Amino acid sequence: MKVGIGLPTTILGTDRALILEWARRADEGRYSTLGIFDRFAYDSFEPLTTLAAAAAVTERIRLATTILTGPLHNTAMLAKAAASVDALSGGRLVLGLALGAREADYKVAGVEYRSRGRRLSEQLGALRSYWEENTFGPKPSRPGGPELLVGGTSEPAFARMARYANGYLHGGGPPRAFARAAEKARAAWFDAGRPDKLHLWGMGYYALGEDAVEAGIGYMKDYYSFAGPFADRITAGLLTTPNAIAEFIQGYQEAGCDELLLFPTVGNITQLTRLAEAVG
Amino acid sequence: MKILIIGGGPGGLYSGFLLKKADPTHEITLLERNPPDATYGWGVVFSERTLSTFQEVDSETYQDITKHFVRWDAIDVQYHDHTIRSGGHVFAGISRKLLLNILQKHCREVGVRMKFGVEVSDLSDFGDFDLIIAADGVNSFVRKTYESIFQPSVTLENAKFIWFGTDKVFDAFTFLFCENEHGLFQAHCYPFDSNTGTCIVECEQATCQRAGLEKASEAESIAYCEKLFAQALGGHRLLSNKSSWINFPTVRNKTWRHKNIVLLGDAVHTAHFSIGSGTKLAMEDAIALVRALERHRDVETALTDYEIERKPVTETIQNAAQQSLTYFENVKRYFHLEPMQFVFHLLTRSERVSYENLRLRDSRYADAIDRWFMGSAVGTSKNGDRAGDAPRPMGNAFPLRGVKLANRVVWAPTAPYSAREGMPNDRHQARLGERWLREVGLVMTEPAAVSPEGRITPGCAGIYRAEHVAAWARIVASIHDSSLSQSPTKIAIQLAHSGRRGSTRPRWEGLDRPLRDGNWPLFSASPLPYTPLSQVPKEMGAADREKVRKDFIQAAEMADQAGFDMIQLHFAHGYLLASFLSPLTNQRSDGYGGSLDNRMRYPLEVFDAVRAVWPETKPIAVAISATDWSKGGTELQDAVVIARMLQARGCDLVTVLAGQTTIQAEPAYGPCFLTRFSDRVRNEARIATMVAGHITTADQINTILAAGRADLCIIDPPGDPPGNPPSDPPSDPPS
Repeated sequence: MKVGIGLPTTILGTDRALILEWARRADEGRYSTLGIFDRFAYDSFEPLTTLAAAAAVTERIRLATTILTGPLHNTAMLAKAAASVDALSGGRLVLGLALGAREADYKVAGVEYRSRGRRLSEQLGALRSYWEENTFGPKPSRPGGPELLVGGTSEPAFARMARYANGYLHGGGPPRAFARAAEKARAAWFDAGRPDKLHLWGMGYYALGEDAVEAGIGYMKDYYSFAGPFADRITAGLLTTPNAIAEFIQGYQEAGCDELLLFPTVGNITQLTRLAEAVG
Repeated sequence: MKILIIGGGPGGLYSGFLLKKADPTHEITLLERNPPDATYGWGVVFSERTLSTFQEVDSETYQDITKHFVRWDAIDVQYHDHTIRSGGHVFAGISRKLLLNILQKHCREVGVRMKFGVEVSDLSDFGDFDLIIAADGVNSFVRKTYESIFQPSVTLENAKFIWFGTDKVFDAFTFLFCENEHGLFQAHCYPFDSNTGTCIVECEQATCQRAGLEKASEAESIAYCEKLFAQALGGHRLLSNKSSWINFPTVRNKTWRHKNIVLLGDAVHTAHFSIGSGTKLAMEDAIALVRALERHRDVETALTDYEIERKPVTETIQNAAQQSLTYFENVKRYFHLEPMQFVFHLLTRSERVSYENLRLRDSRYADAIDRWFMGSAVGTSKNGDRAGDAPRPMGNAFPLRGVKLANRVVWAPTAPYSAREGMPNDRHQARLGERWLREVGLVMTEPAAVSPEGRITPGCAGIYRAEHVAAWARIVASIHDSSLSQSPTKIAIQLAHSGRRGSTRPRWEGLDRPLRDGNWPLFSASPLPYTPLSQVPKEMGAADREKVRKDFIQAAEMADQAGFDMIQLHFAHGYLLASFLSPLTNQRSDGYGGSLDNRMRYPLEVFDAVRAVWPETKPIAVAISATDWSKGGTELQDAVVIARMLQARGCDLVTVLAGQTTIQAEPAYGPCFLTRFSDRVRNEARIATMVAGHITTADQINTILAAGRADLCIIDPPGDPPGNPPSDPPSDPPS
């Protein structure tokens, strides 16, 4: 299993300096991928724009939207933006798409919330066509365009994933929650008669160091405040010790995860260093 | 805090006690409309796991409760004059009255004010309470008062049941099935003290009517049931407690709380008695509520937290209960099963208990299952002779006409999409003959096209040219020769025509994406494209139908020449023949559209034509989508009818698939996701079934087979498909 790290772009106070430093250091380290969240109606950076900046200061590490709220975007514009980041990074983009859990994002973006599932399905099919048919440049580095991941835990999400994507991205939680979703993803994949490998991605949140835990919890509660008291439950899953991280990684590995992304909850470069020490 | 609890059942009492114990400064009033000693229902059951939670929360009540427990570990099923016992299940029962007395005693000790004989009819009397816990049961007054907020749904289930006590002391959780001139009755019986037990009798509404029980007095009902179950009761009596025949109400609520008011126990959720969880859920609610109130200072936040914690747990139990009650409502469907299989099916009805679970609990029972299964598989005695000499269910042979499969495991690998002009190659041979699978009973090819335009992708294998025969023959021989077991692995070919799903790219590029160039024209039952980006197919005319029918005949003849042991015709997943079957994809107004008979007409013409040329000694399977997973489409009851029609034409085996009829379908994926469909088709249409649906372990296979939910299981490899797409995908559209 590969281990990647998330960018702190949804954490208050994050600026140009931190993002670029974070990306550079992650690239120098052993992380496989830089992940990034999409949260429209929130104090956060736009994912593809930020990944373009990260692309400019990195050489090796893959750049993944985990996830991008697909239906918020015009599909042709998204295809072009993604192709651009892919070209700027030398083919390192992984495009993860899902519906997002927040109705507010749709409201603020002025995009219809209903029927977003159908629109995402159509978008996934259309993206590939734009890339393959070279409707416009830049030409993607892989023949079919960037690798596509689909997230979500509703029943239709798995069929959508198996029909259009290269893999499944789970939205976080304990290893057993990932394992359950992974079984659904595999079932959908085999049912679709896909001959290629299914890529399973997972994610988790961490805050390392005594000085960081409280701030991490504060961030989680705020980020998930839309979920009401459920935020407490998500927050309870925050990984705050190297031991907890090691167990988490092992649990995900045993559940068949191919790539696990660990997201910071505190916007400080020491969090990156501490994770590197914990992961080893 | 000033707390009001409405309802003095186990949930109300336990929350009162725990709250007062957690914070003695709480002022708690509990109102119960009945006197302290009145109780409806007889005994309640707890599992080990529930008990350990009670112990964690409060050891004194735990000890008081468990002191009075009757424990037992067997389940008996009496069916068709047989009693079959399986052991190792751990249950504990207690009389409901005793449980209430214990909880009342503890409430009194800590200082909960309890008032009995008080009926609450107006909540405005209680405006000065900080928290109101509505534990007022299935007919909750509070829930009705705020109906627009809680948004309850109360579903009356179909069956009628009545709750008796009995002085017959069963030594096991006992299921009785008894049929008389009025219909089928079943009883769920379990002990709860050393001389009394619970006995719930259930039957269909119509049976209840025929027996004249709906209007019968309590004494008449008792007399009737005592006579009915005389043998099992062995001269003992049934005891009444305001018993009457009712429909089980399944209660659900969208919201569980309103300001400072919260619902708990049966007031907010009920779960069918056949899984015995009502009291357990109510008491667990109490625990969660008390903990949430300890966590949050603010009452409303605490109530939200309580709801968030309990709702998913309750839904899981309600789903299991639903499955169990559906099973009991339809239990006659399984009456053709022999006792051993009937009981195994019953024990695994919720799909949460497996063959290995039962073996671990009681190996003698599992050995008996193995022996019975072997006996039934070879069609000899019902019980094997010696213990331990029978294989696990999956290890048994399966005869189909003149072909004997060595065991019940089927390997049907995903297509490699590497054929050129329909020619299967080494990659096909390698995938079909994968080393770890040498011991399967049957391998099955990808859907092989009966014509070039019947291919899904240009890389699909086919069987329509003379040279295909030799290529397939080589693969067939390699499978026959490679087997390690004495009886060689058999090989089936799937014959298919892609219909409107044809002319697409290999599936590693995604499903149903038209070719970049070189698309060939498609036809289907009706001119409806498969996806918005797909080609619009031509409606199939008489000449097209005749051509395709002949293609299938030719393919079957070639398959025989190549040495295949079996054919599977593909009537599923939205391909050509499936497009006739589903009302979603067949909008024809001629004799091939409309009624199911009409929609089946062309697929059956193809079946008949193939059956006529395929050797009498070799079997034919047909794969169907047992449901379209889509409104207005094929549903499970249609699948049963389709299976019966196929059987009448000489089909030997139905392969149960689902969905892919349209892309709007909403499939429910997970482990063994097609098993319940296969169960219904097999046991209602009484035809052998082969089931797919992400089956990955031997335990799953043995459970499915022993329960009679299918006869053969198609396995998915553990982990992910190993195939890598070729870098140079073939491209050769039919000319």
